[in-house]
Amino acid sequence: MRYAYFPGCCDHTSGREYDISTRALCHALDVELVEIPGWSCCGSTPGHSTSHLLGIALAARNLALVAEMGLDCTASCAACYQRLAMANVEMQNDPRLCEKINWITGKTYHGGVKVKSIVEIIAELNPEQIISRLVKPLENLKIAVYYGCLMVRPKAVQVDDPENPLVMDHLLEAVGAKTVDWGSKTECCGASLAISNDDVVLKLTSKILADAARAGADCIATGCPLCHFNLDMRQKKINQVFGTDYQLPVFYFTQLIGLAIGLTPDNLSFNTHFIDTSKVLELVG
Amino acid sequence: MSVAFNLTNSLKDNFGFINNVSKESGQPVEQCYQCGKCTAGCPVAFAMDYPPHRVLRMVQLGLKENVLRSQAIWLCAGCSTCTSRCPRNVDLAQVMDCLRSLAKREGVPLDDRARDVSLFYDCFLNTVEDNGKLYELGMMLNYNLKTRQLFKNANTGLAMLTRNKIKFLPAKTKNRRDVAMIFQRVRELEGKAR
Repeated sequence: MRYAYFPGCCDHTSGREYDISTRALCHALDVELVEIPGWSCCGSTPGHSTSHLLGIALAARNLALVAEMGLDCTASCAACYQRLAMANVEMQNDPRLCEKINWITGKTYHGGVKVKSIVEIIAELNPEQIISRLVKPLENLKIAVYYGCLMVRPKAVQVDDPENPLVMDHLLEAVGAKTVDWGSKTECCGASLAISNDDVVLKLTSKILADAARAGADCIATGCPLCHFNLDMRQKKINQVFGTDYQLPVFYFTQLIGLAIGLTPDNLSFNTHFIDTSKVLELVG
Repeated sequence: MSVAFNLTNSLKDNFGFINNVSKESGQPVEQCYQCGKCTAGCPVAFAMDYPPHRVLRMVQLGLKENVLRSQAIWLCAGCSTCTSRCPRNVDLAQVMDCLRSLAKREGVPLDDRARDVSLFYDCFLNTVEDNGKLYELGMMLNYNLKTRQLFKNANTGLAMLTRNKIKFLPAKTKNRRDVAMIFQRVRELEGKAR
């Protein structure tokens, strides 16, 4: 299996664990990821928030590059996935918009590429492909699986149900983990408001951590670098501001599946987290 | 909050605005019957000056200036919870995008939280225009400079540095001029110096 891979701008910085563990996991599962040559920013929230045309065009440039590769496309970052998938849907549904966007990008793209989240790619594999490689089942681990917003909304691009998605729960259960029932699966972390209005984000993220802790989770698993950053890096500040003492490691789902199939913590970037991950490693044994 | 609006005048003067928002956002804003489900589920409503269902009502009533100057449209985090729950199939997140973009194109003066969000978006996009990709450190320094808080998030920066999560030099896209051209052509089409 071969996909054009869109790593996203945080691949070597704030979201490095995701890129590293995605590549390592896919390699181990014989899913070939070919980085899109010359890819550029998907436009992210600032793009579509300030100009519809800019948001679509920045994503569409990458879709045109993927079309040249003759492959379908995947992104690990939930925000990149959503932007690429939305641009794809809008261009396929609106030929006039499509013409305008092609003039803006100087490229020709009329749809045809499939955009999938890395969550879908892993979930579509034959479960045997993962289970046959299982060397370290996550049996003692209780995980609060956190989907956030961008892979489950809006409807045109949702990977799973927007209120109670289960796709990542099932993947983690397949490698032996227990997943908890909790109410914040798809609550928003505040995303990039963290830079401009961090008090808002602290309030939202503290509620998510409280919910996960109340449900008895040992850690949180996610598929979005912004969610990861807001919950992992800001956990210390949340504790300071609200007088709490959470020590909940936050993982990308790719890191946890990777661990279960025997990849080493170093190869999955466990050592670059803000919240200590050793407690989870002890539990897994 | 009790606010008095002269609706007769605003409807007469701003009929074009209502149509414009419907057309540009592609959303049937007239369908909203004010059930408030969007507001009930909005994670950021607590910080907004007008909650989401009122923003939509203001659009229906043609209260252009009030809505374009609101904090609410910039505080919307784009989570689309409202969109996925709306019983009238209005994609409110899309309407919010449209309102922000109108406010920007018309040069509406922003203050407080709205100003900071808008500045952040500009700083982010400036680095994309220059490099083809987001340059996180450059964006943060520029944002701090523009909001006159030079050392904001300095602790974060340090902690990230020790985890190898900051790159001092920007990663650049091959053919990044293609990306700069996208920005230029969008400006040309939208007819405004961004």
